[in-house]
Formats: sequence, C-alpha cells, structure tokens
Amino acid sequence: MSKGIAITGMGIISSVGATVEENLHSLKAATPGITRLANIETRHRDSIMVGEIKQTNAQLETQLGLEKENNLSRTSMLGIIAAKEALTQASINDIEAHRTGFISGTSVGGMDMTERYYDSYNESLEYIRYIETQHAGSTTGDIAKYLGIKGYVTTISTACSSAANAIMLGARMIKAGKLDRVIVGGTDGMSKFTINGFNTLMILSDEECTPFDEHRKGLNLGEAAAYIVLESDAIVANENKKVLGYVSGWANANDAYHQTASSSEGEGAYLAMKKALNVAKISPEQVDYVNAHGTATPNNDMSEGTAMTRIFGKETMPVFSSTKAFTGHTLAAAAAVEAVFSILSLQENIVFPNLNFKTPIADLSMTPQTTCLEKELDVILSNSFGFGGNCSTLIFTK
Amino acid sequence: MAELVEELKVKIIDQLSLEDIEVSDIGNDDPLFGDGLALDSIDALELIVLLEKEYGIKLTDPKQGKEIFQSVQIMADYITEHRTK
Amino acid sequence: MNKCYINGVASITAQPTTNGKFLEDIISYNDIIFKADNPNYKDFIKPSAMRRMSKSVKMGVTASKMAMEQARLEMPDAIITGTGMGCRQDSEKFLEKILYDDEQFLTPTLFIQSTHNTVGGQIALGLQCKGYNLTYVQSSASFESSLIDAQLMLTEDSNKKIVVGGIDEIAKTSSKFHILNGELKQQPIPNLELLQSKTTGTLLSEGATFMVLDGEKSTKNIAEIVDIEMIYTASIEETKKNIEDFIARQGLKIQDIDAVILGNNGDRQFDTYYQSLQTSIFTNTQQLYYKHLIGDYHVASAFGYWLTCNIFKHNNVPSIVKMNNLEVDEHKNILLYNQYRGENHSIALVRKC
Repeated sequence: MSKGIAITGMGIISSVGATVEENLHSLKAATPGITRLANIETRHRDSIMVGEIKQTNAQLETQLGLEKENNLSRTSMLGIIAAKEALTQASINDIEAHRTGFISGTSVGGMDMTERYYDSYNESLEYIRYIETQHAGSTTGDIAKYLGIKGYVTTISTACSSAANAIMLGARMIKAGKLDRVIVGGTDGMSKFTINGFNTLMILSDEECTPFDEHRKGLNLGEAAAYIVLESDAIVANENKKVLGYVSGWANANDAYHQTASSSEGEGAYLAMKKALNVAKISPEQVDYVNAHGTATPNNDMSEGTAMTRIFGKETMPVFSSTKAFTGHTLAAAAAVEAVFSILSLQENIVFPNLNFKTPIADLSMTPQTTCLEKELDVILSNSFGFGGNCSTLIFTK
Repeated sequence: MAELVEELKVKIIDQLSLEDIEVSDIGNDDPLFGDGLALDSIDALELIVLLEKEYGIKLTDPKQGKEIFQSVQIMADYITEHRTK
Repeated sequence: MNKCYINGVASITAQPTTNGKFLEDIISYNDIIFKADNPNYKDFIKPSAMRRMSKSVKMGVTASKMAMEQARLEMPDAIITGTGMGCRQDSEKFLEKILYDDEQFLTPTLFIQSTHNTVGGQIALGLQCKGYNLTYVQSSASFESSLIDAQLMLTEDSNKKIVVGGIDEIAKTSSKFHILNGELKQQPIPNLELLQSKTTGTLLSEGATFMVLDGEKSTKNIAEIVDIEMIYTASIEETKKNIEDFIARQGLKIQDIDAVILGNNGDRQFDTYYQSLQTSIFTNTQQLYYKHLIGDYHVASAFGYWLTCNIFKHNNVPSIVKMNNLEVDEHKNILLYNQYRGENHSIALVRKC
C-alpha cells in the first residue's frame, strides 16, 4: 500500500449541515437534507425534490461580511465557507508560508447570477458587475482572493466528477513536488439552468432518491461546497500536523460510449477503479467500504453496479453505500462532499447508510448498507462519474 | 394520416438536425433507432419534447418512447390517438 | 522535470492558419468581435457525427485531428483541454429558452453541450479513447492548466502521448456583454492597429489550438516545453521578478532568450504589464505579439505555441508579429508570457528541437 498524500483539513457546507460537525451529526442520525426547493423560482418546484442549502444569498453575504456591491455568486460564497473551514481545521494562518495552490471543481460556476441578471445587462448598469461570473473559473478566483492564494490557481470542469479530478490533481502536484500545500475540492450552487437541464434528460426524481433500488426514479439535485487540504510530508513532519487520512489512490478514465449515458458494462468506471487501486497499490479485497457515485438514475446505478461487480466480484462485494440520498447530487462538488464523508468514515469507523433502499436491482442483486454500521475502516474507495464519459475514482486510507 | 406522416418526417429532421437526410430517405415503417436512422437516447428525449410541443402529448417516462418511436408510422398512429392540439 | 516535446500543433483562428502557410495571408477586421476562419470541417468529421456538434466541438475535433496527423499519432493516452466558456452558443440558447419560454419545451442537446468538457469528451468518443480526460476552465490560464497537467503526466510516465488543446467560441448575446462591462472595446477598431489603440478593453474572437505532447525524444519533435508556470495574481513589479526568477531557474540569462512572445491585447490599462517588460528586461530581446491577428479570448495564448513551433519550423519570423526591429539569426529559446486583466499569468519556455 502506498503511503499517499496527507489530508490535514476539511470543510463542507451541504444540505445536511453548514460545517463538518453538522454534516457528521446528520449522517450519524440518518437525517437527510432532501426537501422542496425554497430559494429558486421555477415551474418545476412541485415536481422535484432537492438537497438545498436553506440559507439565502443575503444570509450568506452577511455571514461572510461581504460589501453590498459584491459580485459573488452563490457558488463562490458556498466555496468560501467550506474552504475557510478547511484552512481553519488545518491550522493554516499564513497562507503564503508555503507554495500553496488552489484547485476547485465547478460545473455551473456563477450561472445562478447569469440567469438572474441576463436580461438586465442591456437595460441598466446596476448588475453588470456580475457579467464576469459567466465564466465558471471566476468562482475559483473569488475564493482564491478571499483566502489570499496568489500562485497556482485553477478550475476543473468535468461535470459531476470535477471535484474528484481536483483532488487527484492536487495529490499529483504534491507528489511531484510542484506544490507544498493545496486546497482541493469543488463547489456548485443550485441554479435554474441545472434544474432544467437535468429535467430535459428526464432523470430527476419527484420523490426522495433511492440509490441502487430496483424502482429508483432518478436523482435529486443538490448544492454544496467541500474542500480538503493536502500537505507535503515535509510540512506534516516539520509542523507536527495532525493527519486526518491520506489520499492514496486516484485515476480518471473515459467511458467513450455516449455523451451523457454510461455504458452497460461500466467500462469507464471499471478502468477508473482498477487504475486507482494500482496507484494505491491496494488489491480489491483490501477495500473496506465503497462510497459509490450512486446517483439513483436507472443508468448510473446499473452501470456502476456492473463495474463494481467486475472489480470486486459478486460474492466478495465490500460494504457499499451512496450518500446521495442525504445531500442530493451536488454535481461538481459531489466528489469533495463524499471525500469529506469518507474521511469522517475513516475517523469514526462508521459506514454511513444508503437511505431509502428497499429492493435490490434485479440484474445485480447488490444490497447497499442501509443503516449506520460500525466497522474498522482502513481503506475507502469513492467513485464519481460525469457527462462526457468522465469517470474518476479516489482511494482514502487511514 | 399520410399528411401527418410527411409532416412528422419534416419535424423529425428539423428537431434532430438530420442535415443530410431528406424526407424521402425515411420510410414510413423504417426503424428510427438501431439500423434505420440510428438515433440514440438523446434523440428519444428530443422526440418526447417534439410530441409535447407540437401535439400536446406529455410523456413522463422515457421508456414509453421506446414503443412510440419505433417508426414514423407508429408515431403518427400514436399522435392521432392522443393529440390534444 | 521530465522532457515534454511538441510533436504536432494546429490552430484554427480568425486568420487562415490551417492552410500550411505561415501567416502569409492576413485578414483584417474592423469589429469588436470577429469569428474564426473556418476550415472545411466536413473534411475531418463525418456528417452523421457532425449533426449535434456545436462550433467548439467542430473546431476542437478538427484541430486535434490536424495535430495528431502531424504527429502521426492515432490514439493518445490522454486528452486534456482548456476552455473559458465551453460551448457557449448552446449554453446561451438553453438559458434563453429557460428565460423566455418559461422553462418549457427545452431539449437536452443544448444542455449536454453546455458542459465544459464536451469537446474533450467528444474527441474521446470519436477516437474511442478510454484514457485520462480532463478539462480546465481557468480564464486566460485554461490552456496552460492543461499543459501543466500534461507535463506532470509525462513526469509520472514519459511514455505517454497526450493531446492538449484549447477551445473557445463566440456567442450572439453573451459575448457582447463584455462590451458592457468594459472588457472589450466600446467602438470597432481595425484589428491590425490594435497596439495603436489608446482605449481600454480588447477585441474578442474564437478558435481552437491543439498540440500532441510526448515524453520521448524522436525525429517528430518540433519543440520542447522546458517549463511552464501559472501565477494567479501579481503586480507589474512582481511579474518582472517572477519572469526573471523563472528564467534563472532554467539556468539561463535574459540574453539567452531569443524572442519573447507577449499577450498584448490593446487594453491600455493592462498592457502596462507587457510594456514594463518591453522597456526593461526585454529591451534587447526580439518582441513578438499575435492578438492583433487572432483577437483575445480565454485560450488565445495557446496560439503563442503555434507561433513558436512555426518560427522553429520555418526559421523565419513574419514581420506582422514583430513589435520591435531586432533580428535573430536562429531561434532556440522562446519565452511566452500572457495575462488577462492582471490575473491568470503564465510564463513558459519553449526550446527548438
């Protein structure tokens, strides 16, 4: 087993809590954050359930002490909240003390502001400050500026696997010695754009989502931001840092099958898991728990389940669950949310439950963990897949 | 009915941006998916929108499309029976 | 750091840059926003595959095929792309339908295209390439983010062959918003007189630049990317120091740099970053620029690599890209520096093979 890259801090805001502590509490109590939409006007309000963070933009602005004339999107504000918590937990006071990078995943970026003010730009000057939020990377810039990071800053946008790829890139940069420290994760605010987008694909459930269930009806969209801090062994040793866990394996592969759908044999997912296990020098039998992508769409769960069966074997499937029934599918942030959950699982030795599951998928006969399970956990594998055949796997170890 | 079939062909070509396909290339009973026009699952979703927008037929389950979109003729039959506009 | 060689490069821009010539024919524009000079996409993409492709996908697939042909590469190990706005036209259409059709009769194709990794995904789909596939969206450092990833990958495994590209397109309405917020010129100017402009803002265009990178030395090598660095924010003074430090880290002196390719975009306010270098450390260095030809956009800086490779290949610098009168017999080391509105700086050293 390779030693991996040390994780020294984490932060999260999701529909089940505005801090790591609150998220942990909800997970342990099996309390989901899936509700009707409150903050966005849409004709689909009554036909979908969402993992929405209930604070309004105005409340977030106040919490962050922003000026009235700021141009931060919801995606940026959520990102700042989570990244700040991660830095605090990692006891980082002087951001410029080491070569510090910031890698953020986002899919919509500032789309919530673009859809709100698009029509007003030609009419009045009042909101033209939001025009630059059209560029998704501007959210990363907002967060970097707030944190004072000036060096290597970049944004990954590979749809729903974005944050996994951000974590992977950060780990590789540290391993190669190109950075000493990097904050990695993702953020996506709820927007009408994504609600309508996923609605056209007819994969939004009108009820609480049911990952890996035979009768699953689709996903619940969510919003969240989550970041983890990765630091070099030298910093950990010199500053006597507390290590929360390690990112030990990572990989990205492409399904090369269809623009949005996953192949029935789950080829991309299979390759991503296989390569990540190779990077971590871990055999499938050593995996104690799989935090699955498990969006609860008919296509994903079937394809992912097939790929997992190919990797682990039907009879030797490790304990697995999807936590999407807690948070909804938080798109580009999902892998970071689930990274935080995986690290919490390692720390607490608890597998968080796959809520709402009743009937195994007929062709797979895989049953996820449906209640909180106390179990010694050393190795956790986490999957995240996105449009464009983008498949990523991360492996976290104690 | 023949009129509806022809109208449908034009609309399918337009909705799916089948630029290189002419109305005469599509046989009434040709399969739309698989061998025939080789449409895919995104096209099926596009056709569901077409049904709603043009004929006021709202499908809630994408699986229904599999039955209805077998050929232009079967689509036309379904529309004739269920159209609200 | 492992070697990172360029084995192929192709660029679709507002100029005829896919005709095999080296900037012999130049198109002049008199607009704030001008479009790419399209190659015949049908020569590269089957009609059945083309029907759902937006402009970015067509440009990206075509430019990647051109670069792969040059490098005689059939299947890459990885595809890494950068884009500022992705398939902006379809994103805009989808958004307008949400806003103006009251969220009704929306179709999935537009939404699917709006995902930033569409071009990278489509290239993979076309090639059936199951390898690593990533997309960066970091303003004017989007393409450079891809390069840094590729360079890192070659450090991990020098056997890899990587397709790296940058793509951005213009959209009807949302591109014009950048006139309103001052990123673009308020009035049309002749593009070829960009540097004479005394106003703020720049000119917007679109394009796709792709390269094939390889860690192995071979006769296919055109150039070597010796090093590349990204810096999110820096003052003019810090920038000068960053560049000096960068050159020193390569074991070089300023005199060893045969030419510097700068991202001057005619914005009076931010071209000062370049001017302060032009009048100090690079006074005695050949200074080149290109945004008067191809406009500025998030991945415009990728064109600097096309320019560099062609200077090496043709052993000649077209006079239209020169900012000063210094002549160089043979170019060996070319330095590239770019920034946009004082952010997302990138510095790179490219060496002739």
